[in-house]
Amino acid sequence: MRPRTTNGIVRPRTLQSSVLRGLLFLVLGLFCLYYLIPLIVMISTSLKSLTEIREGTLISLPREITFDAWSKAWESACVGVRCDGLKPFMWNSIAMAVPAVLLSTTLGAINGYALTKWRFPGANWIFALILFGAFIPFQVVLLPMARTLGQLGLAGTVPGLILVHTVYGLAFTTLFFRNFFIGVSDGIVKAAQIDGAGFFGIFFKIVLPMSIPAIVVTVIWQFTQIWNDFLFGVAFTIGDSNPVTVALNNVVNTSTGVKEYNVDMAAAIIAALPTMLVYVVAGAYFVRGLSAGSMKG
Amino acid sequence: MAAGIELKNVQKSFGNTEVIKGIDLNIEPGEFVVLVGPSGCGKSTLLNLISGLETLSGGDVTIGGKVVNNTPPRDRDIAMVFQSYALYPTKTVRDNITFGMQARRVPKAEQDAAVAAFSGLLQIDHLLDRKPGQLSGGQRQRVAMGRALVRDPDVFLFDEPLSNLDAKLRIDMRTEIKKLHLRLGKTVVYVTHDQIEAMTLASRIAVMDEGRIRQYGPPEEIYENPVDLFVAGFMGSPPMNMLPGRLLRTGDEVFVETGDDEARVRFPLPDAIANRIEVGNGHEVVLGLRPEAIFAAGTELPGADRFIFERPVEVVEPTGPDTMIVFGIGSVELIARVRPEDARDPGTPFSFEVDMSKAKLFDQSSGRSL
Amino acid sequence: MIERPGRHRPGRFSEMSDAPSFSLRTGHWFERHLPKIVVLPLFALSLFFVYGFIAWTAYISLTPSGIMPNYELQGFAQYERLWATPRWYVAITNLFVFTSLFIVISMAIGILLAILLDQRVRAEGLIRTIYLYPMALSFIVTGTVWKWILNPGLGIENLVRKAGFEDFTFDWLVNSDYAIYTLVIAAVWQSSGYAMALFLAGLRSVDDEILKAAAVDGASSWKTYTSIVLPILRPVFLSTVIILAHLAIKSFDLVVALTGGGPGYATDMPATFMYAFAFQRSELGVAAASATIMLMTITAIIVPYLYSELRKTGQ
Repeated sequence: MRPRTTNGIVRPRTLQSSVLRGLLFLVLGLFCLYYLIPLIVMISTSLKSLTEIREGTLISLPREITFDAWSKAWESACVGVRCDGLKPFMWNSIAMAVPAVLLSTTLGAINGYALTKWRFPGANWIFALILFGAFIPFQVVLLPMARTLGQLGLAGTVPGLILVHTVYGLAFTTLFFRNFFIGVSDGIVKAAQIDGAGFFGIFFKIVLPMSIPAIVVTVIWQFTQIWNDFLFGVAFTIGDSNPVTVALNNVVNTSTGVKEYNVDMAAAIIAALPTMLVYVVAGAYFVRGLSAGSMKG
Repeated sequence: MAAGIELKNVQKSFGNTEVIKGIDLNIEPGEFVVLVGPSGCGKSTLLNLISGLETLSGGDVTIGGKVVNNTPPRDRDIAMVFQSYALYPTKTVRDNITFGMQARRVPKAEQDAAVAAFSGLLQIDHLLDRKPGQLSGGQRQRVAMGRALVRDPDVFLFDEPLSNLDAKLRIDMRTEIKKLHLRLGKTVVYVTHDQIEAMTLASRIAVMDEGRIRQYGPPEEIYENPVDLFVAGFMGSPPMNMLPGRLLRTGDEVFVETGDDEARVRFPLPDAIANRIEVGNGHEVVLGLRPEAIFAAGTELPGADRFIFERPVEVVEPTGPDTMIVFGIGSVELIARVRPEDARDPGTPFSFEVDMSKAKLFDQSSGRSL
Repeated sequence: MIERPGRHRPGRFSEMSDAPSFSLRTGHWFERHLPKIVVLPLFALSLFFVYGFIAWTAYISLTPSGIMPNYELQGFAQYERLWATPRWYVAITNLFVFTSLFIVISMAIGILLAILLDQRVRAEGLIRTIYLYPMALSFIVTGTVWKWILNPGLGIENLVRKAGFEDFTFDWLVNSDYAIYTLVIAAVWQSSGYAMALFLAGLRSVDDEILKAAAVDGASSWKTYTSIVLPILRPVFLSTVIILAHLAIKSFDLVVALTGGGPGYATDMPATFMYAFAFQRSELGVAAASATIMLMTITAIIVPYLYSELRKTGQ
């Protein structure tokens, strides 16, 4: 974010202002704890044994660190009837997220480019209609989608999920790229046209290289959305083709056997790891995606 | 009451970048001082240091005899007009004007009286219930002025207040600011990059460059006797012609030899200058000639220290009252200001007459006036 | 711009005035229509998968469909059944309670944190990262964590009891009167950082000179915020409320992971209701009717918003 130029304003140095400043940091610090404690609890619980969990409390740190829960969550926890841990489902999620992110981003970029830089009569209507698709409650398409996937022979498969995420991700990616391309001068496209470049020539040689930031934001946003999706995963896949969020829920909300909180926590961390990693590495782009979500991109 | 301002060795750094490099400036009560300079010279930062919108890195700022280094802006008894006008967009014009008084808990009756007094003066009485978004640029400018005026401060600070207006409005507002200053007699510090604004408004001008003041003096002095090439080049439009050359002493006469083998012109220095300078034969100098000091030969009343030479016209630029003729001596391009009827087509030889008594001479290596 | 006389039809191309005049530059039909040819299949996809499906769902809601779709129209009988179902009333009430609390608390925290972070805080970047990271998590993960923290046996209740308060009870998660509030707790934890980020971006977009003018005018920080900055942020309030409302109405994952809709169906929401009736109870007609009502609710909120936003960007 842009730095303020008001930081230098001379302010009175009084007792009251230093007390207020102390209070400011106190409140900010307390909120840091509020957001961090669940993460700390999650990690520390995952490193405890079940006996230690029963004896200690939520916030007591593990006396003996054990990674048993992690290995169980990864390769032997029971998800429904299958007891191979989260590992196979992580692969499902990757196999689903990577193609769906690439497809929806590419198509969104072309859409946004065509709708802003080659505006033809009705382009605004087309955009408005596509845009609305980003805001519908997906419950309204669940039933017909399930039937369509069945008819396409994609019911309960990863390619089926790729199709679903691409189609419903398109609205958002189109919005992202449209907002970005609106800020790109039409003059550049006109100049390239006079130089004899065509629709795709201008797109690949001129527009795309300029859009790297928009592409990064979109890829990160789409990856987070698709990886974290639960509704489509639970509605359109069964058993072996579940994405990891559905598998995690099955591990946690299983009603049989002893409740293994440490395994639950380890599984939750594993499922969250890819998006957390993306957030830590590219947090700034993630935030830009968030604010683009409010159309203020 | 107007207050004087005194800056003593004022410094400001942002991180490792020194923006203001130790400035001393003395502003008398009731003066209109213009800080002028190219963008990035530190003039706005200096204004912010006076207003308290930036904290000093070193030195002292004194307003009305009080050192205000650690005084917040609200207690400095100043009012400020900003470049973007900085009107509060959600407030009506009336509330914009009275906001400062509300913040200081001035009684309502006093607020109303002040609004009535100044809205009439600035001709904004019919706009009082509108929001800034509904006003034109010129009207916003007036409201911003009104907001500063009602505060009745000791010092007014202006940060490029006219730069967002179109050319015609800018000239009108310039006149109005000058009238207001004459009428109210308050101290004004005014920042601009426009040297015409500086010349027309100021009682004294401070020409700034790279965080220092190059010259501080009344407009005529800055224009007539610039201390160095920077001030000479910055003030005046079109700018002063700068001819690099060598000093030639032949007997009693002193010349500046300019140009190259293809075209050589020797400008004879008038005695007033020749007697003053101390540098020797062959010294590298720059001859400064204002465009109005070069005109078509024989078109002005004859005077002492005139010099006539001939060069072909290269470009003709009419401006209305005068016509600029661009011509070359060696690799240097010069501009002469002639009457429109004296202009000739490009390519034709032209006799130029120079009033050498108006010539300035600078040292080529240091840039200082000789 | 190169224009060939005679080809330009005034009026028809008014929408293209600031876009390249491709149709005037090349006579080649394919080249001329390429942008449309590229967009149309994607648009058709969108028409089919969004509007076609909406139409299908709306149609099914007017039929007596049960386990299998039945295409015989019967009017609004499914809506009557829906509104006669006590569970639907629970879901609607929950949605109302959850949405309003979620929005109010998230906004309050978001504004507070944004203003505090705007006070020249040295570690601002780090603190922002901490406040915002829950947004990168899946609601399923959030639900899992909070389910563990809030569970009466070993969670907070146990923690406070072991600290010496033997009689302390905190069993909201399994108490049908209070379970809905656990959803609010978890959702606020996840999304209040988002509200903070939107407000902070809004605060930072306020012209610095306005803040300087307020400082010269003598306004205190408090007065500057309440009387100048926050009124300027009115549009940000509006868009934040709409985004949060949109999140709340769609919330499905969190309910499933944290309470599973329980105890009983005490924390059911329209989204879980619809899912249960569609996939577990095979009442397609009722499920379609509930989905249609959800769509209409969101449409009523989002369409005026989109309309005003698009008009603002000059479209």
